[in-house]
Amino acid sequence: MSDRLSGNEAVAYALKQINPDVMGAFPITPSTEIPEYFAQYVADGEVNTEYVTVESEHSSMSVCIAAQAAGARAVCATSSAGLALMYELLYIAASCRLPVTLACVNRALSGPININNDHSDSMGARDTGWIQIYAENNQEAYDNFLMAMPIGETPSVRLPVMTCMDGFITSHAVENIELLETEVVRKFIGEYNPENYLLKKENPLAVGPYDVSPYYMEHKVLEAEAMKAAKARILEVATEFEKISGRRYGLFEEYRMEDAELALVLIGSTAGTAKAAVDKLREDGVKAGLIKIRVFRPFPGEELARALANTKAVAVMDKSEGFSANGGPLFAETRSALYDLKERPYLIDIVYGLGGRDVKTEDIEKVFGRLANIAATGEIGPVYTHMGQRSKEENA
Amino acid sequence: MIYAKDINERTPWQELTPGGEIYEPGTARLFNTGTWRTNTPVFHEAACKHCMLCVPFCPDNAIPVQDGKRLDFDFMHCKGCGICENVCPFQAITMVSGGAPNE
Amino acid sequence: MSTVYNLKREVEKPARFTGGHRLCAGCGAGIVVSGVLRALDNEDRAVVVNATSCLEVSTFMYPYTAYMDSYIHSAFENSAATCSGVEAAYHALKRRGKVEGTVKFITFGGDGGTYDIGFQSLSGAMERGHDMVYVCYDNEAYMNTGIQRSSSTPHFARTTTTPVGSVGQGKKQNKKDLTEILVAHNIPYAAQAAPIGNFKDLHTKSYKAIYTEGPCFLNVLSPCPRGWDYPTEKLAEIARLAVDTCVWPLYEVEEGVWRLTYIPKKKLPVEDFLRPQGRFRHMFEKGNEWMLEEAQAYVDQKWERLLERTGA
Repeated sequence: MSDRLSGNEAVAYALKQINPDVMGAFPITPSTEIPEYFAQYVADGEVNTEYVTVESEHSSMSVCIAAQAAGARAVCATSSAGLALMYELLYIAASCRLPVTLACVNRALSGPININNDHSDSMGARDTGWIQIYAENNQEAYDNFLMAMPIGETPSVRLPVMTCMDGFITSHAVENIELLETEVVRKFIGEYNPENYLLKKENPLAVGPYDVSPYYMEHKVLEAEAMKAAKARILEVATEFEKISGRRYGLFEEYRMEDAELALVLIGSTAGTAKAAVDKLREDGVKAGLIKIRVFRPFPGEELARALANTKAVAVMDKSEGFSANGGPLFAETRSALYDLKERPYLIDIVYGLGGRDVKTEDIEKVFGRLANIAATGEIGPVYTHMGQRSKEENA
Repeated sequence: MIYAKDINERTPWQELTPGGEIYEPGTARLFNTGTWRTNTPVFHEAACKHCMLCVPFCPDNAIPVQDGKRLDFDFMHCKGCGICENVCPFQAITMVSGGAPNE
Repeated sequence: MSTVYNLKREVEKPARFTGGHRLCAGCGAGIVVSGVLRALDNEDRAVVVNATSCLEVSTFMYPYTAYMDSYIHSAFENSAATCSGVEAAYHALKRRGKVEGTVKFITFGGDGGTYDIGFQSLSGAMERGHDMVYVCYDNEAYMNTGIQRSSSTPHFARTTTTPVGSVGQGKKQNKKDLTEILVAHNIPYAAQAAPIGNFKDLHTKSYKAIYTEGPCFLNVLSPCPRGWDYPTEKLAEIARLAVDTCVWPLYEVEEGVWRLTYIPKKKLPVEDFLRPQGRFRHMFEKGNEWMLEEAQAYVDQKWERLLERTGA
């Protein structure tokens, strides 16, 4: 069925259809609407979720971890500082192998405090052991959230899943959306029936040991293997989802990449802007394309390398600043992925859009202009630059 | 199902429980803390009135009780702290120096 | 539990907390945890929640759990929120027919995890009204990391972060009165308890806390031979002195009604409690008599206030 919803509404609606057992709720801009909409569903008796209005994001994640361990399906939503406050617990959720689902509405991190979009919050959590799936728009935010549980809860995976969308740009903009019937959603998600859980009658469960050196490393290897196993499961779930929705998802989306010589690698809503720029350049005869990373964890390194193998110059666009002095996190992953190619394209990193700094089609066209120049001359120039900031010097 | 008794410091990662979970009750009982003792309690059954005052004071649950009687110490778990000797009103427990052999 | 406490009957119940854990010899925490869990009725299951602490690293060291019931440890600062999550899951799954029977939720945290880093999480859980018990085993310092001061450490106590030197005299501040803060949450049951005598005190308070609906709080004095610097075998004596000097008064607040549960026949001087413990040794040096006076004055003032409140 068709509707018009904001990204936050779309995720809240997905939550209503799923009717999870427990929600840990705490407000933070721009994700606040998710627990707000959901609270109304609870108040109206449309769901019978145990809705726990905690005193911090730290506690919302703590509630989710414990509820999931107890045998419940637990969810929460957050942004920015909220995710940062959960930092320690994100590791605990993953290392205890508890498939909690979290809707992250991406927002810049302090300081200075800023409520607008970039990816510094979830990128800061990229090594916590969570599966991370990013949306370009409302439709994807809804679809990704529906796919999260079948991915995370699979016994061979058992990892928490963070579905991300861009704050305000996606979370608050109302767009057309195709929603699935609730019955179809429930059948797709299925029941959560873990083999062992705290409330199980037949045998107790002990969770969260003190792990000494002779065991810790082995447990981390188990976790790392689960993250590897997640890749195949994500694709499997995407195939199942296509059957009920007609919408196809992969680890990333390739846009006009068939014969592309110049390409962008980016994440999230900027893809919409960039696709318009690609279309315009294609009309001008430029062989431009883009790759929108959907799944950042597990990182689709080999697949990305194959997709970029025939390009000449690639710009990675990082919507977060990692302060490595060597480029952003997406750049680090992409450059690493390309290392195994026999012939590698030229690669640059552009950090952009921090704290809600706007990016327009003209900005993207300029990036392609730079790539065209690099491809033609072989002169790569500065590898790691910022875009969109005021400067005394001309910038990218 | 993976059991605690099958887990040790030579177990390969494939045979450990994910997340370090344990699916059984009280597996700590498998672990011998009796070797920690530097002093050992001696139970004088004849003097014991089975008042049970020593039992809840044992931090290691090492004083078994059965059919209204307290039995001799569980020396696999007793750490020899000596609290029981101090709370016994009837001198039915005395501490001796050294760790007695474990059962 | 039938109406009259009977130690013989209670100690014959199957133990919920086993030996083989790695707490130090003579550790008060093991005694407190045993004592609290013993109050569970045999037919009821429990989920034990634990803050990072001596207790946690000693009682669930992979692959050895000392609990007969389900157990979860998540982090240091979030045990009350963790318990909230388990309790919420219980209600959700019960409503959906996925869980049967009575399950009780009992959280253990040390004073570091309760008075300090876990305080927000505890306050939140109590305010929300989860049906759970939070038990603080209070050994008055961060013992797991090697005896650093907490807000529960009493005035003048020597710890590794409040050492005694030519200028320093141990901890400068008084102990935070956490039990009163919890009472101010208007929870149905809050109590201070200690492992003494035949354990009637700890047992009956634990039973009330476990079987009173809603959030309940127990603050249990838990002597630590290492941190307090006394011989391990002296635990019962030290705990007894804490209550007989009124340093650690035993009382409960049930639905807002304060009640002293123990009045010493003879209120002993505070020195009697302080003297056997190395952490207070400097208070007995010549010239430091003022410390003993201050300590006594503080206890007297708190005790008087408690007498007024309880109408004793």
